[in-house]
Amino acid sequence: MQLNDLLSQTSEWLKATGAESEIVMSSRVRFARNLKSLAFSHWADEKQKEEILGKTKQTLLKNSYLKNSLFLLMDELNDLDKQFLVERHLISRELAASGSCKAVDISEKEIFSIMINEEDHLRLQVIQSGLELKESLRLLDTLDSELQKDFEYARNPRWGYLTACPTNVGTGMRASVMIHLPALVMTKRIGKVLESVARINLAVRGLYGEGTEASGNFFQISNQITLGHSEQELVDNIDRVIKQVVEYERRARELLLKNSRYQLEDKIWRAYGILANARIISSLEAINLLSVIRLGANLSIVKKVDIRSINELFITTQPAHLQKIEGKDLNPQQRDLKRADLLRDKLK
Amino acid sequence: MLCDICHKNQASIHVTEIISGEVKELHICDVCAQNKGMIKNNKSFGLPDFLAGLTDFGITPKDTERLDDFDLRCPKCGLSFEDFKRVGRLGCGDCYDAFKDGLAPLLRKIHGSSQHAGNIPKKTKINNKIDETINNIGDLEEQLKTAIKNEEFEDAARLRDVIRGQKKKI
Repeated sequence: MQLNDLLSQTSEWLKATGAESEIVMSSRVRFARNLKSLAFSHWADEKQKEEILGKTKQTLLKNSYLKNSLFLLMDELNDLDKQFLVERHLISRELAASGSCKAVDISEKEIFSIMINEEDHLRLQVIQSGLELKESLRLLDTLDSELQKDFEYARNPRWGYLTACPTNVGTGMRASVMIHLPALVMTKRIGKVLESVARINLAVRGLYGEGTEASGNFFQISNQITLGHSEQELVDNIDRVIKQVVEYERRARELLLKNSRYQLEDKIWRAYGILANARIISSLEAINLLSVIRLGANLSIVKKVDIRSINELFITTQPAHLQKIEGKDLNPQQRDLKRADLLRDKLK
Repeated sequence: MLCDICHKNQASIHVTEIISGEVKELHICDVCAQNKGMIKNNKSFGLPDFLAGLTDFGITPKDTERLDDFDLRCPKCGLSFEDFKRVGRLGCGDCYDAFKDGLAPLLRKIHGSSQHAGNIPKKTKINNKIDETINNIGDLEEQLKTAIKNEEFEDAARLRDVIRGQKKKI
């Protein structure tokens, strides 16, 4: 498998196949793990980092879950390819940043991705469509147990899995859900909902995680604490909360249909009109309008295009994806033109 | 919008975090952000300063000041507690033991707990379960003593119950 093969396939998490996938875009679970007796990546010297890379690569390549996987050394990728992987949620921005002996192993369908020498020696990730946290945890746990046959991880009875940053220690687990809440935003109820989510030790962030703004009415909700509760408890807690938020979003959608149907339809068709006809469009404008027609498709107001195709457009209209599709570097003005071309082509 | 710290310059950095029920918004100018160590080299965000990061979890500078008394160094990797505070990343697994007096209160603040309750590797389960439980009890008893000393009686009662449970296992 080659990096460019990813271009012709749709990531599993975009396929809108999971539970509640009209509202929950994706579920992701990741474990932070470190090998025993080696310095954590940030403080490790070149020789140690090479040792970490060598040991983990060897084990990953023979793992049955990662058969036909795509193993990539970050040193061998250009900035565009790294950004392309960030946009697909396969690597973090921290892995894409400079540094030696960094790598990622991506499973065939892009469900598993394992980062090497990020903040921790290993960051194991599962990402799937819809609200599938429990299944994602099960998958990741199986892979993790397989890997533990070969490695001894840094851990102790009191603190659990030892991580470079103490905010991850214990389970080393971060479970997050990307959720699309346009009706709660339109009805101005989102603030209250997010506040109550945050009150129970969950963090709310934007589309690309820490430090990013919420755009396109997408929010990432994840566990804030990693120590003192089991993986299952933490996941059950988020799952329960997300189900509640999904219910609020559904009620807000019903309310919009009941009280302001014409205004809603107008908003949706105007968004469609711009996306299907614009000649120049920025990434942010595209995300925000796609968000509106995604709602339209969910409510069967827009029938010309399905949820999966809209989901794909959120990613393929991103800067690195546009450039990979074109096969060359594009400046921001050229990208805005190409983005408009792509949208017109898909929505005609 | 003016900077929340100096109230003079235009704010160019906007931070919103919703953590543990509190929405915190901070608008800061470049100069103050640099003075606070939030920006390194006048160019980009470096690794978030550990102490700045901790304020997100409701930990105040006062909480961490007393950690300055710990002049500690990890015997395995040589990292000092000062280095850890500066960068926010521990050096190796052994740092957790070396800095446990400093880390325990921080972890309790961050996570509301300082005792792992999640998965244990299968290998450990089969071969070392009893050894691990004994080690664990030792650790817990130490935590219990500290809790009593600090008059944290709720923690102490919880620890006492956990220790009783663990002792039954061996």
